[in-house]
Amino acid sequence: MNIVVCVKHVPDATGDRHFEQDFTVDRVGVDGLLSELDEYAVEQALQITEKRADEEHILTALCVGPAKAVDAVRKALQMGCHAGAHVVDDSIAGSDAAATSLVIAKAVEKLGADKPVDLVVCGMASTDGAMSVIPAMLAERLGLPQVTLASVIESQGDQIRIKRDGDAATEVIGATMPLVLSVTDQSGEARYPSFKGIMAAKKKPLQTYSLADLGLEPALVGLSVAWSSVEDTTARPPRTAGEVVKDEDGSGASALTDFLAAKKFI
Amino acid sequence: MSEVLVLIDHVDGEVKKPTYELLTIARRLGEPSAVFIGSGAQGAEVAEKVKRYGPAKVYVIDDAQIKGYLVAPKAEALQQLAEKVGDVAAILIPSSYEGKEIAARLAIKLESGLITDAVDVQADGGSPVTTQSVFAGNYTVQAKVTQGTPIITVKPNSAAPEESEGAGTVEEFTATVSDSARGAQIVASQPRQATGRPELTEAAIVVSGGRGVGSKENFTVIEGLADALGAAVGASRAAVDSGWMPHSFQVGQTGKTVSPQLYVANGISGAIQHRAGMQTSKTIVAVNKDEEAPIFELVDFGVVGDLHTVLPAATEKINERKG
Repeated sequence: MNIVVCVKHVPDATGDRHFEQDFTVDRVGVDGLLSELDEYAVEQALQITEKRADEEHILTALCVGPAKAVDAVRKALQMGCHAGAHVVDDSIAGSDAAATSLVIAKAVEKLGADKPVDLVVCGMASTDGAMSVIPAMLAERLGLPQVTLASVIESQGDQIRIKRDGDAATEVIGATMPLVLSVTDQSGEARYPSFKGIMAAKKKPLQTYSLADLGLEPALVGLSVAWSSVEDTTARPPRTAGEVVKDEDGSGASALTDFLAAKKFI
Repeated sequence: MSEVLVLIDHVDGEVKKPTYELLTIARRLGEPSAVFIGSGAQGAEVAEKVKRYGPAKVYVIDDAQIKGYLVAPKAEALQQLAEKVGDVAAILIPSSYEGKEIAARLAIKLESGLITDAVDVQADGGSPVTTQSVFAGNYTVQAKVTQGTPIITVKPNSAAPEESEGAGTVEEFTATVSDSARGAQIVASQPRQATGRPELTEAAIVVSGGRGVGSKENFTVIEGLADALGAAVGASRAAVDSGWMPHSFQVGQTGKTVSPQLYVANGISGAIQHRAGMQTSKTIVAVNKDEEAPIFELVDFGVVGDLHTVLPAATEKINERKG
């Protein structure tokens, strides 16, 4: 199968994340890494290729982002992806989800130029924007079924069947490939790159694409043509630490009850 | 006045509270119209319930061709409705996972800007201005849609529902669902068992347990306090990963985001992934035996102690006070 897994390079959530002057996320002046939630996507994509070892597969990690975002592709290659694709172009900076999904869709088409892509695998959300909309937008743009938020994935022939925790029910979803799949962190621990994997990754093909390579006009993407705009960002004032008491001989329960009563929660 | 379409949040015709919050918000932006995608036979009954919150019209879209498939047919139906109505000031959709995916597809179809997870929406002359809480609640962001029809997904508890009777006239709308929108089939669906407690994302009070609870059985301590306070029960990822609570109870980055009046974190250290799901709660209380736990940096009130003794004692005292 021809499988593409989408990987995003995001600011480290444990670091100090902030905005630029133009209200875009600062992606350059902070430590970045492969979005944790995309590691689950890489893991599930790898497992599909491993479970179907008697077939031939090409698994490509696809990333859209500035130059340093290539680190996310490298990590995916170390984990076991076969090839990398990095779309990097200054015009992309500040793109909203709609424009990002356009770039990814064009890149998926490019990666399917010789042999059509059977499966696009995504994480459930990025850990920075956290909108959870790219898989659905991508499916819409590519005209493919979306099978999203999977916690268990099975594939056989051209069929995919997943289990997911929907908003109000546990569901089983079935669809025929090609399709867009997104997976949650419930799908199973992502593997760490082995030493062998890290060495092997250095020799794997990693292709860089510009917008022109994808046949995309720069005027269709970027901050200036985004369909929504951020007017202002405000750092939330740190919560002023409240009273913390030590429980001694039941004093904690009394103090807690008094606090809740004073705040009229009882 | 332009119509504001509000997608009704419901399970089998049982209307959920966020619907009323969205209708309340919609009244600030234009003339609210409710959109019911469900069993056509329930349309009149649903219209009767929602009209207390102001919609002049309730569009009823029968879901016979829609309900067996994931997301795409609903987005198609909304697109067709929005195009038929024409003058639409905004489309408000509940910020559930399904809601966000419907909104995502709709945004591409209508070539319109999308804002997700708004915690407030206010009129501002043209396009409404939204407030979002981002980076695990460390920043608030004001944003606007600048192209097309603003599509905004709104989180539960973003407005207090205010009644204002509307005509609630039922208008049936027939959507044409394409074959390509029926690619992802719902093969089986097991509705979640009712807990008898408030819905996690809608609750005014949430009582959560984490690693410190220690076992599945010990969650009765959390449930006891929750019931005394009339609260929903939540869990940290550690508690879910340990198999003590189902994933649907998880509060945090990859679970539910809650913003209740009161959040009580028990045996939860307060890692960034958990904070992302609860940091915007109005009042935060924590019980943890580790006084160095980062959760204490967030609290309005904290108890350093063993939750296994503190919580049952507090539960008893609360029940006594309630008489």
